[in-house]
Amino acid sequence: MTRDEITAGLAEILEEVAGVSPDDVAEEKSFTDDLDVDSLSMVEVVVAAEEKFGVKIPDNDVQNLKTVGDAVAYIEAQS
Amino acid sequence: MSRPDVVVTGLGATTPLGGDVASTWEAMLAGRSGVGPLTQEWAGQLPVRIAAQLAVEPTEKLDRVKLRRLDRSEAIALIAAHEAWADAGLADSPPDPERLAVSVGSGIGGAQTLLAQDDILEASGPRRVSPHTVPMLMPNGPAAWVGLELGAQAGVHSVASACATGAEAIALGLDMIRSGRADVVLAGGTEAVVHPLPIAGFASMRAMSTRNDDPERASRPWDKGRDGFVLGEGSGAVVLERADHAAARGARVYARLAGAALTSDGYDIVQPHPEGRGVIRAINMAIADAGIDRSDIVHVNAHATSTPVGDIAEIVALRSALGTHPVLTATKSMTGHLLGAAGALESIATILAIRDGVIPPTINLDDPDDALDLDVVAHKARHMDVPAALNNGFGFGGHNAVLVFARV
Repeated sequence: MTRDEITAGLAEILEEVAGVSPDDVAEEKSFTDDLDVDSLSMVEVVVAAEEKFGVKIPDNDVQNLKTVGDAVAYIEAQS
Repeated sequence: MSRPDVVVTGLGATTPLGGDVASTWEAMLAGRSGVGPLTQEWAGQLPVRIAAQLAVEPTEKLDRVKLRRLDRSEAIALIAAHEAWADAGLADSPPDPERLAVSVGSGIGGAQTLLAQDDILEASGPRRVSPHTVPMLMPNGPAAWVGLELGAQAGVHSVASACATGAEAIALGLDMIRSGRADVVLAGGTEAVVHPLPIAGFASMRAMSTRNDDPERASRPWDKGRDGFVLGEGSGAVVLERADHAAARGARVYARLAGAALTSDGYDIVQPHPEGRGVIRAINMAIADAGIDRSDIVHVNAHATSTPVGDIAEIVALRSALGTHPVLTATKSMTGHLLGAAGALESIATILAIRDGVIPPTINLDDPDDALDLDVVAHKARHMDVPAALNNGFGFGGHNAVLVFARV
């Protein structure tokens, strides 16, 4: 799966869970500061991403996923 | 310092009869029933397959992402509260947040969330349980959301007294303003438990009507053919305000909340006291609290849920406390029983009866019970002058709440 495909998949999840417009999703965007994803919604994003991409994202690693790009790289490394 | 007068300056509701107060009131005056068949697949196995469901779904008023984190009872509490808030003219010029409080209760709380998330837990495991579960199911959730969205900082309270909840929440609002803890209180009730488990539970108590083949005629307070209540869902909200605060901002005033009383039967967990001892005491105390004479109470919006025992126990209490002059109605004949929201919705009906000089009907009262010896507005609305009226709300647990509304 390419980085663009992972980004697009995350954009779908972010729209479903938090109402983020797919046009706003880009690798440099911060989940909390740019996309207004709060902590509870971030939990939903992580669980949905695990299911969609077939990966495991332990809670200890979630705090390091500040931007969309961080998450894309994390998922890319596992898939 | 003398005790401040408290007035009602805003109304909001979403009910089985309409998505707002105006449409609900119009339907009530027309004597329409909000009861219909339950067409959900799960209803097939239940002894009760009727309910009074919302006329307008919350998805019409709130966006999809917001609804993901709201229990249905919270969503409709917000819809009713925002209507009342705008109706009071406070949406554009909000009061001092530190003088604004919320008192919104629910009889059962976020049961739909609890049960839906339990299904997910069983089917998919704990990691799939929504992180929004706890704030969605907690019984203070509706009050907390309303407080959050209106910016209330004088306290957010969630009464739970079963079917007396809505009326008790309004009584608490009155106390808060009188005691100086707030100038404005958004008060009301909310309930959304049209789900097989609560229905099965009430049905097992033999408390619900099983007139499944004739839903619109199932809720029939005081009629000989009544066989239990019909579950309804919805929310009602009123803006209570210190009278001088309302006057200072030129607010339109619907009525005065003249008095209130709360008592408890201390008798049985679900049965009303056969002589209505706690109810009689509550009515007497509420009238004394309002400082008016019992003869001034010309109308009562009764609790009357269409159960064989409860309807007549209330009649006995009303006759004992007030005499035979008040004109009664039971709007649950049209709305079904909104449990924790009932007292709020019926307070709105009482307030509008005072404002408009018209009492909505009790539909389906075709063959009155022999023990009904008071004047009930049956079938069609009745125009009459209503200077002061009572709203009764009673709940499992022996809770009795009585509110006195009066024309300003």
